[in-house]
Amino acid sequence: MSEASQLSAENVAGASATARGVRGGSAGSTGSARRAKPVLSEGKKAERRLGLLLCAPAALVMIAVTGWPIIYSVWLSLQRFDLRFPDQREFVGLDNYITVLSSPYWWTAFGVTALLTVVSVVLELVLGMALALIMHRTIVGRGLVRTVALIPYGIVTVVAAFSWYYAWTPGTGYLANLVGPDTALLTERLPALAIIVSAEVWKTTPFMALLLMAGLALVPDDLLKAAAMDGASAWQRFTRVMVPVMKPAILVALLFRTLDAFRIFDNIFVLTSGAQDTASVSMQTYNNLIKGLNLGVGSTMSVLIFITVAIIAFVFVKVFGTAAPGSDQGGRR
Amino acid sequence: MAVIAGTDSTGRKIRWTLLDIVVVVYALVPVLWILSLSFKTPETLNDGNFIPRAWTLENYRLIFQTPEFVRALANSIGIALIATAIAVVLGTMAAYAIARLDFPGKRVLVGVSLLIAMFPQVALVSPLFEIERSLGLFNTWPGLILPYITFSLPLAIYTLSAFFREIPWELEKAAKMDGATPGQAFRRVIAPLAAPGVFTTAILVFIFCWNDFLFAISLTSTEASRTVPAALSFFTGASQFEDPTGTISAAAVVITIPIIVFVLFFQRRIVAGLTSGAVKG
Amino acid sequence: MAEIVLDKVTKRYPDGALAVSEVDIEIADGEFIILVGPSGCGKSTTLNMIAGLEDITSGELRIGGKRMNEQAPKDRDIAMVFQSYALYPHMTVRENMAFPLRLAKVDNATVEKKVTEAAKILDLTQHLDRKPSNLSGGQRQRVAMGRAIVRNPKAFLMDEPLSNLDAKLRVQMRTSVSRLQKQLGTTTIYVTHDQTEAMTLGDRVVVMRGGVVQQVGAPQALYDHPANLFVAGFIGSPSMNFVPGTIENDTLRTVLGDVPLTGRIAGLLAKANAPREVIMGVRPEHFEDAHLLDEPTRDRGVVFEGQVDVLESMGADKYAYFSLHGEQAASEELAELAADAGSAEVTASGIELVTRLSAASSVAEGATAKIWFDNDKVQVFDPSDGRNLTYAGR
Repeated sequence: MSEASQLSAENVAGASATARGVRGGSAGSTGSARRAKPVLSEGKKAERRLGLLLCAPAALVMIAVTGWPIIYSVWLSLQRFDLRFPDQREFVGLDNYITVLSSPYWWTAFGVTALLTVVSVVLELVLGMALALIMHRTIVGRGLVRTVALIPYGIVTVVAAFSWYYAWTPGTGYLANLVGPDTALLTERLPALAIIVSAEVWKTTPFMALLLMAGLALVPDDLLKAAAMDGASAWQRFTRVMVPVMKPAILVALLFRTLDAFRIFDNIFVLTSGAQDTASVSMQTYNNLIKGLNLGVGSTMSVLIFITVAIIAFVFVKVFGTAAPGSDQGGRR
Repeated sequence: MAVIAGTDSTGRKIRWTLLDIVVVVYALVPVLWILSLSFKTPETLNDGNFIPRAWTLENYRLIFQTPEFVRALANSIGIALIATAIAVVLGTMAAYAIARLDFPGKRVLVGVSLLIAMFPQVALVSPLFEIERSLGLFNTWPGLILPYITFSLPLAIYTLSAFFREIPWELEKAAKMDGATPGQAFRRVIAPLAAPGVFTTAILVFIFCWNDFLFAISLTSTEASRTVPAALSFFTGASQFEDPTGTISAAAVVITIPIIVFVLFFQRRIVAGLTSGAVKG
Repeated sequence: MAEIVLDKVTKRYPDGALAVSEVDIEIADGEFIILVGPSGCGKSTTLNMIAGLEDITSGELRIGGKRMNEQAPKDRDIAMVFQSYALYPHMTVRENMAFPLRLAKVDNATVEKKVTEAAKILDLTQHLDRKPSNLSGGQRQRVAMGRAIVRNPKAFLMDEPLSNLDAKLRVQMRTSVSRLQKQLGTTTIYVTHDQTEAMTLGDRVVVMRGGVVQQVGAPQALYDHPANLFVAGFIGSPSMNFVPGTIENDTLRTVLGDVPLTGRIAGLLAKANAPREVIMGVRPEHFEDAHLLDEPTRDRGVVFEGQVDVLESMGADKYAYFSLHGEQAASEELAELAADAGSAEVTASGIELVTRLSAASSVAEGATAKIWFDNDKVQVFDPSDGRNLTYAGR
């Protein structure tokens, strides 16, 4: 890049010198050309106008449906606002934040969410990598494997959650019957959390695998062959060659899945409804808002979740250097 | 994991076949289980058998006689289709501009849509609930369509701009040289090449809208606009005294069918769509 | 059919960068003209301006006597062949070639006739119903040519049309492009960075550098009488040897020995007001193994001794490479040529000399050889601005 620009600078500088000798008067005001104020041509202006025009509808919708509500929810979070007692609505400053942050329910939910996120993302990474390798390298039925693996991704989360729910319902479920007819695992905290994790992992591993597979496709076959010739075992080829080359893809996949896992809701709603302290922060917010109709506290939780997610994203992008997808210039080619 | 291409020995084929089977079992067991439940008779419903001992279509007959479900199915289809259509149109316009044109604010737009893609939807539920109530959008189709468009736009924009970038734009120049007006160049050269990408994006967006549960359960209160996933969680069976397991399973199978169809027919496209937007540069 | 005139055509980008500066070229009807230069020299921008794909900042473009600056590409009636061929992937070969005619609303029978004709000329008849993705590189290239010729345009514009082909096919296609152009007699402007294509294809060659035309002329004229260091170094393969020298009276002192200036050269130098420090250029074929020459010939030139670094036997002749101690000839233009050839870092020490000797020569690798060169064939350049001090004008 820098070489090219150097070269072109040289071109322009050299041009006036050469032209003097050869073409007589044809070398004009090359020197002053660079200093000229950038003037947009008609075509460029039209391009800018068209670009803005084409993006405007999408941008407006996104801002109207997210931008305004975010501001509004910050405003709501500073008020006492319970729909059951609408008369008592008043500005209370940070009172709601104090209430929420000193509530054990919130911290339990926060801990549960963090635990579920970490455990399920780690499992998904391991299983997803295995699945990606299988989809990428299998020599039998590649199309079949790829098709089948897409089913968990596509299926409605609630449907999958019901399948797991019935599988673990005593009497009804084939899995419940395996552990014993009278143990209702969904009513015990740790087993219930494990089941939630397994449902989450089952559903989202294929997505993780697809993202990783895209990374695998970036590892040149010749590189692996070279590593094999250099005496690397299969495992060494994986850890020393594949993983480093795939690192950007892995980080993007982790970022996506971590943020997604942090908003876990559907599975918990169906499997336990948040009983036995298995509620996530999303679940708590929903309960306060729709069941409790407490807009002030619900909004406070919304803001807190938003801040947490922003921190997670920040850590990924700044600390691990995850390249946000689509953040490249994307200029014309 | 053999990297060096050797002979396709039977041993390797068998090993890969075994691995393939593990994947197939993994992916299909929960789906087959709910399918099995939907075919069980009330008597065998609670026997815990993976394969039904007695088969019946009764659950399907019942579910289609339940007005709540039929209405929810209509809501689901209508809302998902409308949201998909709008999101794809808006997304196509924006993605074309992002991939093709140079204009101020492009990076901001890409950044904002990335933010929204990662945004915790639950954080929007409280304000949207309140705003929609005051605007009269609560518990209506538009009340769900709007957030669906918003949250699927980033997906649509990424996938489509990745597709658009793949189009060799020299073709547009070539068309102009061949005597095409800009309109003709778009219609006869660019549009046919972009169509597969638009179609793929439509599938992905539809799956997203079809899947949503949080908005569906928070921004609706009656069957007027409740979609199937939300209705399922409120479903108590065809009559008060009946165990809803069979009917819920049947309903679950019904809304899974479109997904299975998409996956079976467009596997290649979906994979391309999901991966192209995600890992680039 | 038409003549094309570029009258002080200039392209300046919005950021102020000058891509093409005041290009003046008159292209006669039916002429085959080549724009050549290293990447970034403005040749493709010039072509795009003629095509109408880029706006002309100032100056005038006339095709067939009419000003074309404001016309859309489709109204200029010129066809273009792209480096990537730009075949429409969703159309068959037939549809690709028919596309310009369909847009021009030509009736079906004529379309069919013209496409069949073009396919015959280009040997594509059996591929008409295939999609571009099922064709080889050479076939794709021919389809792109076919799409250009079906509508008998006023001119063909070709943007490095052969550079995506492998070496052997490229030579083959070069001949057929040349034959096709002669057969059709259509004015053709051809852009390339390959000086061999430039030398072999064109009626005239335009050498560009940094957006400025360096020299326009027939290939042989450019070769024999380059206007400056850049043209001298760019045209010819292997390229001209350059060594620094000092003029003292009627002698040019260089690492190759003292070169007595012939009367012709001395006269030109005096007229050009030559400085003391100059660069001497000698083409490889102007060297010879001194042992093969008779005395009178040998005495007419200069003989030097050097150790043969590498010897390449090509069959018809031999290339002997020498590494001489001393400063390399230094100038901006030489640096740019080296950068373009990718050899900027390679030849760091001493002077590299390439000589082409007769096959009969008995020089051996590693041994010292006596090499002769013709002192009337040397060219002398001014290092400060690159101009050829021995340029007789043309």
